[in-house]
Amino acid sequence: MNTHVLQSNEAVVAQEKDKMMSEERTHTLSVYVANRPGVLARISQVFSRRGFNIDSLVVSPTIDGRYSRMTIAAKGSYDGLEQIILQLGKLIDVIHCIDHANDVSVIRELALVKIRVEAEARGEAFQICEHFGAKTVDLTDHSMIIMVTGHSDKVDACIDMLRKFELVEMVRTGKVVMARGEEIT
Amino acid sequence: MNNEGMTGGEALVRCLENQGIEYVFGLSGGAALPMFDALVDSKIKLILVRHEQGAAHMADGMARVTGKPSVVIVTSGPGAMNTITGILTAHMDSVPMVVLTGQTISSMLGKDAFQEADVFGTTMPVVKHSYLVKNTNEIPRMVREAFHISATGRPGPVLIDIPKDFSSGPFTGDLFPEMDLPGYKPDASDPDEDALTQIAAALSQSERPVILAGHGALIANAQDALLALAEKLQAPVTTTLLGKGAFPENHPLSLGMLGMHGTAYANKAMVNCDLVMSIGSRYDDRIIGKAPEFCKKAVRIHVDIDSAEFGRMIACHHYCHGDARVVIEHLLPLVGKLPTDPWLAQINDFKRKYPLGYKKRGGLKMQQILDSLDRLTESRAIITTDVGQHQMWAAQFCKTIEPHTWLSSGGAGTMGYGFPAAIGAAFARPDKQVWAVVGDGGFQMTMAELATAAINKLPVKVLILNNRYLGMVRQWQTLFYDDRKSGVDLEGNPDFARLAECYEGVKGFTLKRAADIDKVLQKAIDYNDGPCVVEAIVEKQDNVFPMIPAGAALEDMLIDEPKSTTKLEKPTGST
Ligand SMILES: Cc1cc2nc3c(=O)[nH]c(=O)nc-3n(C[C@H](O)[C@H](O)[C@H](O)COP(=O)(O)OP(=O)(O)OC[C@H]3O[C@@H](n4cnc5c(N)ncnc54)[C@H](O)[C@@H]3O)c2cc1C
Ligand SMILES: Cc1ncc(C[n+]2csc(CCOP(=O)(O)OP(=O)(O)O)c2C)c(N)n1
Ligand SMILES: [Mg+2]
Repeated sequence: MNTHVLQSNEAVVAQEKDKMMSEERTHTLSVYVANRPGVLARISQVFSRRGFNIDSLVVSPTIDGRYSRMTIAAKGSYDGLEQIILQLGKLIDVIHCIDHANDVSVIRELALVKIRVEAEARGEAFQICEHFGAKTVDLTDHSMIIMVTGHSDKVDACIDMLRKFELVEMVRTGKVVMARGEEIT
Repeated sequence: MNNEGMTGGEALVRCLENQGIEYVFGLSGGAALPMFDALVDSKIKLILVRHEQGAAHMADGMARVTGKPSVVIVTSGPGAMNTITGILTAHMDSVPMVVLTGQTISSMLGKDAFQEADVFGTTMPVVKHSYLVKNTNEIPRMVREAFHISATGRPGPVLIDIPKDFSSGPFTGDLFPEMDLPGYKPDASDPDEDALTQIAAALSQSERPVILAGHGALIANAQDALLALAEKLQAPVTTTLLGKGAFPENHPLSLGMLGMHGTAYANKAMVNCDLVMSIGSRYDDRIIGKAPEFCKKAVRIHVDIDSAEFGRMIACHHYCHGDARVVIEHLLPLVGKLPTDPWLAQINDFKRKYPLGYKKRGGLKMQQILDSLDRLTESRAIITTDVGQHQMWAAQFCKTIEPHTWLSSGGAGTMGYGFPAAIGAAFARPDKQVWAVVGDGGFQMTMAELATAAINKLPVKVLILNNRYLGMVRQWQTLFYDDRKSGVDLEGNPDFARLAECYEGVKGFTLKRAADIDKVLQKAIDYNDGPCVVEAIVEKQDNVFPMIPAGAALEDMLIDEPKSTTKLEKPTGST
């Protein structure tokens, strides 16, 4: 299980692998933790000590009240992140930590976007909303709040389209993730 | 037992007794009063220190000798903060320890109350785990968990921060509660069969193997299994600084210590081996040098209880997760004698060509004193060291042949460690002679503990190798900074022998001439009514060799002092 065999004399292969390992990617980690004081601080220390930025972090209750779920999106190289996962796994209060690759899991995010929009331009805003399946959750003479949910890429795309209006404020929940089918999160 | 009318502090002390604790090391203060009060009626002996750092190093020394967690009790704020260097030292070297800190009352937390410090938060990066007590009745569970976590898997320090209202409050709970650690799996399961088979296969192909034994082999008490394995394979064994004692250094298969200041023959063996098997070492940067060059043509194997160490410093071909002793015992039946005769002959050649040595010309040599100490104690004493040149020479010249008799701060490299660690070791092993080998710089960081050693009449022998320099740093300045000395001259040193004698029951000796070495050391060995201090005035400018400059490859080891005309590049490695 813990045995990896490196092909000797295959420097090229190794170099390719090195490149892949050190390439920056966004990873979504799901960390299942015992609900104990300090657990969030311990987890964030594992990232900050290695100079990793956390892009988003969602802490939420689980079915079993003794545990919480932390969904953490972070950018970094694969080998850097692998160390982080191993170090997270060592924390006493962490039950498990899984790196979810996009293809085998459901990733969703919700954003609220407040835009400045006058009556004459509203039509276009509604069109954008409709296209992305977004909802208007507040409407005044001069502004509206749009709620968009979905995969982070879709949320990004919707927000990009809304930039033709003046964006006043934006709040995003950060990613939540769940493994598909029999896999555990 | 009757818990009626018990305070949290009394429950705490009862729990320590139930853990079999005989000694606690500490220093009191307001927030710790209830805990210290409870110690009055306990059979646990409180060792009052003179500085909390000393308490942590004493507990560390005791723990390294016994393999069991030792206990520190201190007050809040500055008391707790003073232990941090000691906690770091234990954390870096995987030493089990339980630190109990007093804290301001819970209703005052976060209000900058008197002597309040966020100890839970501040110590988080240097502990294996920690607790902030929220209710008196949870103290026994936390203590039980703390001991369990501290001692199992990869050991380390665990801290419990105890607000005074909970240590003084009424205890109405259970003294023997269940642990609740759903996320903690120290993993004592049997090692993976496939990994073992592959390692055995790799070994069977090897003609030039080296076993690299680390601190983990000692933590696992794997010395007997390791000896059996090395003899069965006929494979040489080198150890890390912290692995000294895992394999008897007087054994023909021993290569001594490898690494930055390891023996030339150990490092030569690493460069020429076709297989290296680390058992309980973490391939620290002080042993691998330039990582991509380390044993790059050899099959590399890593056995460790902490799988997070795998691939962290160097990539290996085979990993085996498990306890060092258990892994070796499983491996033994799968292997046989290897055809290593030519290899052992080559190693003996290295040993003949590049022996450890020193020139007797010039002033008194640390090496010669340590060599004599080794001879006079027949390598059987417990040796603790401080950090610096004397530490490296002690590692080279004081042979370690029994497990748990060599104590040194490796990962943190904490000056001030040696003397208090010797005190802890002396409490744990009254049957053993204990020597603290320290520098004139480091000793002055914790020498206040002379009082602690004196009142407890501990026959700890302190050998101060006084070169009137922060020698190791001076060596780097000499070699890599054109001998531009900056902040290394220890002018103002006291007369250490006289200083020692200011304490009642402490004896001081001074050693100035090579001809007196045996006589003076023997006097120290014969003085057992209390501690004694031997101050040796040694050569100021001597440098430790062999040396692999930090970040350089093992091939580029400097076996001896380079010609003064050679200009050395500044090291690229971390330190
Ligand atoms: C001035 C100075 C110079 C130094 N020079 C050198 C030098 O030349 N050579 C040298 O070797 N060191 C040197 N050091 C020390 C070095 O920095 C490291 O501390 C040391 O090499 C680490 O040794 P280690 O890996 O054996 O022990 P540790 O750092 O204690 O690591 C122990 C390893 O064993 C594992 N382990 C724990 N329990 C078990 C178990 N039951 N079973 C299996 N595995 C287990 C742990 O997970 C860990 O990976 C120097 C230090 C200083 C201060
Ligand atoms: C607390 C601490 N401060 C600084 C250092 C850096 N340092 C490493 S070795 C050394 C010199 C130690 O001098 P001394 O105790 O006299 O021992 P010597 O090297 O002279 O034998 C210093 C300052 C350290 N390891 N620990
Ligand atoms: Mg010195």
